[in-house]
Amino acid sequence: MLYRETGQFKTSYASDQAIFPLVQDRWFIALVFVIAFAMVPFIANEYWLQAIIIPFLIFSLAAIGLNLLTGCAGLLSLGTGAFMAVGAYATYKITTAFPDINLLVVFIMAGLSAAAVGTLFGLPSLRIKGFYLAVATLAAQFFILWLFNKVGWFYNNNPSGSITAPPRTMFGIMISGPEATPMVRYYVSLIFLVVMGLAAKNLMRGRIGRSWMAIRDMDIAAEIIGIEPLKTKLLAFAISSFYCGVAGALFIFAWLGSAETEAFDIFVSFQVLFMIIIGGLGSILGSILGAAFITLTPIFLTNFPPMIGLPIATDLSKHLEEIIFGALIVFFLIVEPLGLARLWQIIKEKLRLWPYPY
Amino acid sequence: MEMLYAIFAAPFIDMFSDPVFFAEVVINGLLTGIMYSLVALGFVLIFKASGVFNFAQGAMVLFAPLTLVGLMEQGVPVILALIITAAVMVLLAFLIEKFMLRHLINQEGIVLFMATIGLNFLLEGAGQIAWGSNVKKLDVGIPDQSFEWGGILLNTFDIAAAVIAAILVAVLAVFFNKTRIGRALRAVADDHQAALSVGIPLRTIWIIVWSVSGIVALVAGIMWGTKSGVQFSLTLIALKALPVLILGGFTSIPGAIVGGLIIGMGEKIAEIYWGPLFGGAIENWFAYMLALVVLLFRPQGLFGERIIERV
Repeated sequence: MLYRETGQFKTSYASDQAIFPLVQDRWFIALVFVIAFAMVPFIANEYWLQAIIIPFLIFSLAAIGLNLLTGCAGLLSLGTGAFMAVGAYATYKITTAFPDINLLVVFIMAGLSAAAVGTLFGLPSLRIKGFYLAVATLAAQFFILWLFNKVGWFYNNNPSGSITAPPRTMFGIMISGPEATPMVRYYVSLIFLVVMGLAAKNLMRGRIGRSWMAIRDMDIAAEIIGIEPLKTKLLAFAISSFYCGVAGALFIFAWLGSAETEAFDIFVSFQVLFMIIIGGLGSILGSILGAAFITLTPIFLTNFPPMIGLPIATDLSKHLEEIIFGALIVFFLIVEPLGLARLWQIIKEKLRLWPYPY
Repeated sequence: MEMLYAIFAAPFIDMFSDPVFFAEVVINGLLTGIMYSLVALGFVLIFKASGVFNFAQGAMVLFAPLTLVGLMEQGVPVILALIITAAVMVLLAFLIEKFMLRHLINQEGIVLFMATIGLNFLLEGAGQIAWGSNVKKLDVGIPDQSFEWGGILLNTFDIAAAVIAAILVAVLAVFFNKTRIGRALRAVADDHQAALSVGIPLRTIWIIVWSVSGIVALVAGIMWGTKSGVQFSLTLIALKALPVLILGGFTSIPGAIVGGLIIGMGEKIAEIYWGPLFGGAIENWFAYMLALVVLLFRPQGLFGERIIERV
């Protein structure tokens, strides 16, 4: 009843091809935007923004990137952390070498460098696939982090070996460095997520996205109908790494402020992979839901027992957290292997008829 | 020019000028490689029989010796503790089948892979809650002494590891090729549906495979645990076993052994002769690069089954 398409006629090509063809969807998205842009930064306090919401936004962006690669093009990658590191280090190098360039441009350049590196490490995907490819991308993960650790040029021979976001302004507002307020950094992350999320959504329903899906479903058949595997697969790696690179840049500039290569280690790659699988492969909404699940669950598990007055020793609670987290992942996969996005779809189907049985 | 010389000439000159040292490096590399093979074996067994890429193997390599050490600390004699631990691993296989695999039949490989990552967390947490997270010393009575043989420095423990690995592989080979269950396992690996239709019980087979790989994890865990203490970092050994796997091929037991040997040896040689050139610590990625290069020429690994694709 609530969610019915009855009576919504498509009278033009534009309305037929709209991203959100249903008026309910448009209202829902508008509501989400209003909450995200106008309410969250004023309701949430600094701790919430810094510890929960900003990382959630940034991980959503990285998850969208990986989802384009793994969900759409079917290429399994465990190098996400490394590609994020490339973005972060490139931003740092460019903005310290040329302080006058607008940070927005720097972010895009960093994304492009990540895309170049991603394409390079995507080359094996032409020969191998599945788990073999996943392990091959681990080569990128370990090699790139080692390189950033060993070669001083990447961190400007900083004695601490870490990179720190220098203070930079964009259109007169301080957006990075220690003086940038969490609210500003929240807006920066949010805008990047919204713009790039919409771009990804359009990419997926366009020619490129469809050729990725053809490759995913069966690459030989796709080749026969005229899709070039070389171009398509490398493009998937390039675009996915671009997203991851920008997410990595935000990781340092909008969230942590300073970090070493350990911030991008293999566990980050795994985390992002969790997000897209729990959220739903090949779905933008799924990436975001998955990112929310993976970033929020540990925080919830840490804070919940003290909240209800259950004192647990810290190391015990850490292990309990691991157990519950692991069990939740297995549980979710058993209940809905297609992820949270699929659950949302089922809810929508139910809402179409509700409250009538059929 | 100097750079090229340092990369392409100097290391080889070093090798030939001191062949005894070179032999020592190679042998020690091979012995380390056997330890990698032990871990990789567990992966191969499960992948072969159920097509599941079991990421939790690393956690099992931690969980098994943790249980063993925990029991030994309670004053249980070594032999009994070993038997109990093996029983625990079988029980674990049973539980995994009952609560996880059974519900995930017919899912895609990546979903199963994810589920084993969840399992990985579960086991890590459970093992450490049950037995504490301190580094524990494990001593099952294997002598650990260095001795010299023809000018080469060797360690009795490494030799013992090699012997144990050889026995393990021999037993597994007989098990897979000569016994009824082994044949059933190979049938399941070939085709689930066909195996089911000729009356092979899939669930029992899965329990057996997971038990066997649990016991292999126990052996690997004992070896690694004796060497470096039973501690959380044992789970990271799984990451060392991955390049071994893709080098040898996911489906081949000999591949796991040979892959381990190649990686172990290559890693040691690279670290000693080329490492200083790059500022050291190249062990972390060298194995992956080596495996990557092999994959470019043989996409199924050295010994994997030929990948045939049809539309």
